[in-house]
Amino acid sequence: MYGWLWRHLPGPAAVRVVLLALLAAAVLAACFLWLFPALAPYMPFNDTTVGE
Amino acid sequence: MAEVRTPPGARAGVTGPPRHGRGPRPSSTGRVVYGVVGVAGELLITVGVLLLAFLVWQLWWTDVEGNRAQAGIVDEIAREAVPTADPTAPAGPAIATRHTGDAPVMAEPAHATTFATMRVPRWEGEPERPVSEGTDKAGVLDRLGIGHYEGAAMPGAVGNFAVAGHRTTYAKPFNRVAELRKGDAVVVRTATGDGGEGSDTWYVYRVVSTQVVDPSQVSVIAPVPGDPGATPTERYLTMTTCHPMFSARERFVVHGVLDYWAPVSEGVPEELLAGADGTVGTQDDVTVAELTRSGSGT
Repeated sequence: MYGWLWRHLPGPAAVRVVLLALLAAAVLAACFLWLFPALAPYMPFNDTTVGE
Repeated sequence: MAEVRTPPGARAGVTGPPRHGRGPRPSSTGRVVYGVVGVAGELLITVGVLLLAFLVWQLWWTDVEGNRAQAGIVDEIAREAVPTADPTAPAGPAIATRHTGDAPVMAEPAHATTFATMRVPRWEGEPERPVSEGTDKAGVLDRLGIGHYEGAAMPGAVGNFAVAGHRTTYAKPFNRVAELRKGDAVVVRTATGDGGEGSDTWYVYRVVSTQVVDPSQVSVIAPVPGDPGATPTERYLTMTTCHPMFSARERFVVHGVLDYWAPVSEGVPEELLAGADGTVGTQDDVTVAELTRSGSGT
């Protein structure tokens, strides 16, 4: 998976490392912005009110 | 990840698959198996990293975002300024006088409307937190901080001013709830936005008890806490949050009664000034006496 990605990235190794880092940062940002907030309500430890 | 460019004959490195005993090159079936196992391994590692990232988001980033958002909400509340003491005196706000008669009470606002702020001198270093209508997570608790149980009494009213807040994550407004002791002040400052009845008023409650209950025990937020059918004659405060920390198994509940109220135009409650000076820890001795006084006075 990552090997395939590495082979298909353009440029010398240094450029590929930078590209991979950027990709990883983008994935993490997407998780923080959209994925995790969408998942959080389904976590069992988030309910603080009485009753329900 | 780096083994991809190594020649086939030298794939027995740390990250490569084990060398096949029969020859320098694995068979085509072997390559497929190694490929599948390799991808599965990479997927598992990726999932592990993402789970770790979720923990970082939930346990740290929601606090960062929440604190920023809640500070912004408090900043934007339209409310009266606290008057300073007379111009000749050293700078500093005037101290409000104690009012123990019938308190002005605001009308219950619309859902997700921020109508008050809360400060607890015992929680030195904690910022002023917004209090908003409703206790659903997505609309209030996760975004706006402390939530007021819909239908419960408003600040200063006879009945139970019941609020909920996160103890961990989402800026955790009630994180330090277990530090509260009998007699501690909980200071609520209202602001209706339109200056109506009960706006811009301090309500100083005193902690009476703390307890841990089952989540189904809704009687803790009844008008008379613990006695759902009774008609209230006292002005109660109830704070609920989860217990133990990082769990929703039980609820930590704090009960209090109104000690006094004061218009913001008269100054600030002395309890807040004591908190700013860092003398909160010495309050223990006096507050129990004050509590007994307030018990009959209000």
